[in-house]
Amino acid sequence: MVPVECFFVLSAILFFIGVFGFVTRRNLIAMLVSVELILNAVDINFAAFNRLLFPEGNEGFFFTLFSIGVSAAESAVAIAIILNVYRLFKSDSVEAIDNLKL
Amino acid sequence: MIYTLSILILLLPLASFITIGVPEFLNKKYAWAPKVAGTIGTASLLLVTLLSYWTAVAYFGGERMADGTYATLVPYNYTWLPLGNLHFDLGVLLDPISVMMLVVISTVSLMVHIYSFGYMHGEKGFQRYYAFLSLFTMSMLGLVLATNIFQMYMFWELVGVSSYLLIGFYYPLHAAVHASKKAFIVTRFADMFFLVGILIFGFYTETFNFSFMPNVQIAEGMQAFAPCQADLASKSLAFGGMVLPTALVLMFIGGAGKSAMFPLHIWLPDAMEGPTPVSALIHAATMVVAGVFQIARMFPLWINYAPNAMSIVVVVGAFTAFYAAAVACAQSDIKRGLAFSTISQIAFMMVALGASTALELNHHEHGGLGYLAGMFHLFTHAMFKACLFLCAGVIIHGVHTNEMSAMGSLHKYMPITSATFFISCLAISGIPFFSGFSSKDEIISACMHYSPILGWFMTGVAAMTAFYMFRLYWCIFFGSKKNVEHYESHHVSEHGFNAMTFPLIFLTVITVGVGIFTTLSGFGVPGFEWASFGNLVTPDTTAYTVHFDITTAIISTVVACCSIALATYIYKGESQPVADRLYATFPRLHKWAKNRFYMDDVYQYVTHKIMFRCISKPVAWIDETIINGLIDFSAWGANEGGESIRSWQSGDVRHYAVWFISGAVALTLILLAI
Repeated sequence: MVPVECFFVLSAILFFIGVFGFVTRRNLIAMLVSVELILNAVDINFAAFNRLLFPEGNEGFFFTLFSIGVSAAESAVAIAIILNVYRLFKSDSVEAIDNLKL
Repeated sequence: MIYTLSILILLLPLASFITIGVPEFLNKKYAWAPKVAGTIGTASLLLVTLLSYWTAVAYFGGERMADGTYATLVPYNYTWLPLGNLHFDLGVLLDPISVMMLVVISTVSLMVHIYSFGYMHGEKGFQRYYAFLSLFTMSMLGLVLATNIFQMYMFWELVGVSSYLLIGFYYPLHAAVHASKKAFIVTRFADMFFLVGILIFGFYTETFNFSFMPNVQIAEGMQAFAPCQADLASKSLAFGGMVLPTALVLMFIGGAGKSAMFPLHIWLPDAMEGPTPVSALIHAATMVVAGVFQIARMFPLWINYAPNAMSIVVVVGAFTAFYAAAVACAQSDIKRGLAFSTISQIAFMMVALGASTALELNHHEHGGLGYLAGMFHLFTHAMFKACLFLCAGVIIHGVHTNEMSAMGSLHKYMPITSATFFISCLAISGIPFFSGFSSKDEIISACMHYSPILGWFMTGVAAMTAFYMFRLYWCIFFGSKKNVEHYESHHVSEHGFNAMTFPLIFLTVITVGVGIFTTLSGFGVPGFEWASFGNLVTPDTTAYTVHFDITTAIISTVVACCSIALATYIYKGESQPVADRLYATFPRLHKWAKNRFYMDDVYQYVTHKIMFRCISKPVAWIDETIINGLIDFSAWGANEGGESIRSWQSGDVRHYAVWFISGAVALTLILLAI
């Protein structure tokens, strides 16, 4: 039986890896991957807390599934946007997209 | 009530103003053709004139009351703005003076409308001119028909606005713009006192209505106009009975501004920058007598509650009459000469009103004669002065300048103008059988009753009147022949009988007709009692047959004839040796009179040197430094703040993410701490 704290530690590590990646990476794909990591951290938390606090309920698991579905859709949209950005700016770097700045 | 149509007298000129004005001001594209616009204005005014005459015939020809007075009729009176006990009304009031003014205004206005077809022919802005003429006529008629002092004030201001618009008609000219501004500011300054007077009056007497008029008859459904003659006296007792005199004197200041009494006269000579027919209508015949009309309207109050304050009117009027006559003797601009003559004549009316001592004519030795004389002079003066101005217009139209040095010997080229000008001069000088004689003689005998000193003083001013009018006449139509070649080469002429000469003849006929009949009736010729002006207008509205005081009549006629003879001797000849010698002897006097005794410079000094420096400059400093500084400071703060946080908007998503995450962490920490 794996102690429940392990899940929280894993979730925290994933979350901060995601945040660190989002802030430091310039590549749009890498940033998207970082966001996905953050979401996965949240999903793990949902599942772990469901088992810990409400063992007889299933809402946390459903929410995890729902979140995975939404993040899949979000990835599809994000990749479509990134493809368009690449076509327009000939670059996949986030620094290329600064034409809204004065 | 048979006066249901009287409301049309106000609505027709308004309709014509809207019809002509709206397309003109919306877009020049849609404006009427000049002829159509002029015809609309003239036609509506013709209807107004016919209605006015019909009203006058019905009113004066109708039954008098049992006590011999005319009833004051109120066919229309609607509450426009109720304010607790007080209410502002709009309506129509008919009494002898307002009906008489209807006739004067519509006659002169119609003549000016017709005349303008010729004078303004081909002018740019012809439609605008006719629209403003209609607006002016409507306002002036509304002023005299007002049922309450507040309505009078509203139309009073409207009259001022239309005067402003018409003086500034030639707005590309610098002088016209200046003159219109000057007229508006000076009269507005005086109107401020008028408003204060109205408010004092309304506050203490709890009414704005002319409810002190005798025998008020209100049409059915017009309950707003409630007569309250009895409690006026008790209501006005506050401050030791000083309320009504104060209010009346303040209103008189407003009237003095409009009627160009010294020292508020400075706008009228400059107002001559407007088109000449406008000068005839507004600045000679109608608008400038609004102040006289106002005093006549409030006359029962003056007599009953402020008899002592009337001496102010007398003094101001007498001094103005003398001052303006003195200045008129030295003017070289024909219109300015006539303008000062107008000021002097209006002052005669003021003096006459102020010299009245009773409401009843036979009381206190003809105490109410001054009122009658003033109103009569208003009527006659409107006719002959309008005629004189229109003559001046014909001359100016011919020689294209106002300066008398460019005129002389015009008699041969403008015979109709010359004849009508001559007759009007005789009338204004007070020669028997011309209208001015009857009215001026009554003024002088009223003054004699008031005080012999005043009587003789006004006789002297009347002599000056005859002198300066004939100086104008001889200098323009006879005298120097040096411009004759110019007339010949430029075909200067009045072009016979046309739209411009018809009004001259019409007004002259009135002057002569009124003059003959009233003179005959005044000298007591049997069969002419009906022609006395006392049958129409007296202070208590009972009938009265005026008889001339034979001594006064003889004295004033002799004095007038002497003045005319003197003017003829000095100015009729081809060269003017006497005038030149007088000029050489008193150059300073001439210079002072020509420059209007430097009254304009006194105003310039007071406004620019004293008021601007002591009041305007400090106020401007406060505005520029403190108020403007506060605004600048807030703008500067916003600008600096924006500059300092501008760098946060880097355009880099990762920076925003850092801010977002730090914010989230900070919020979490704060929530945990709580």
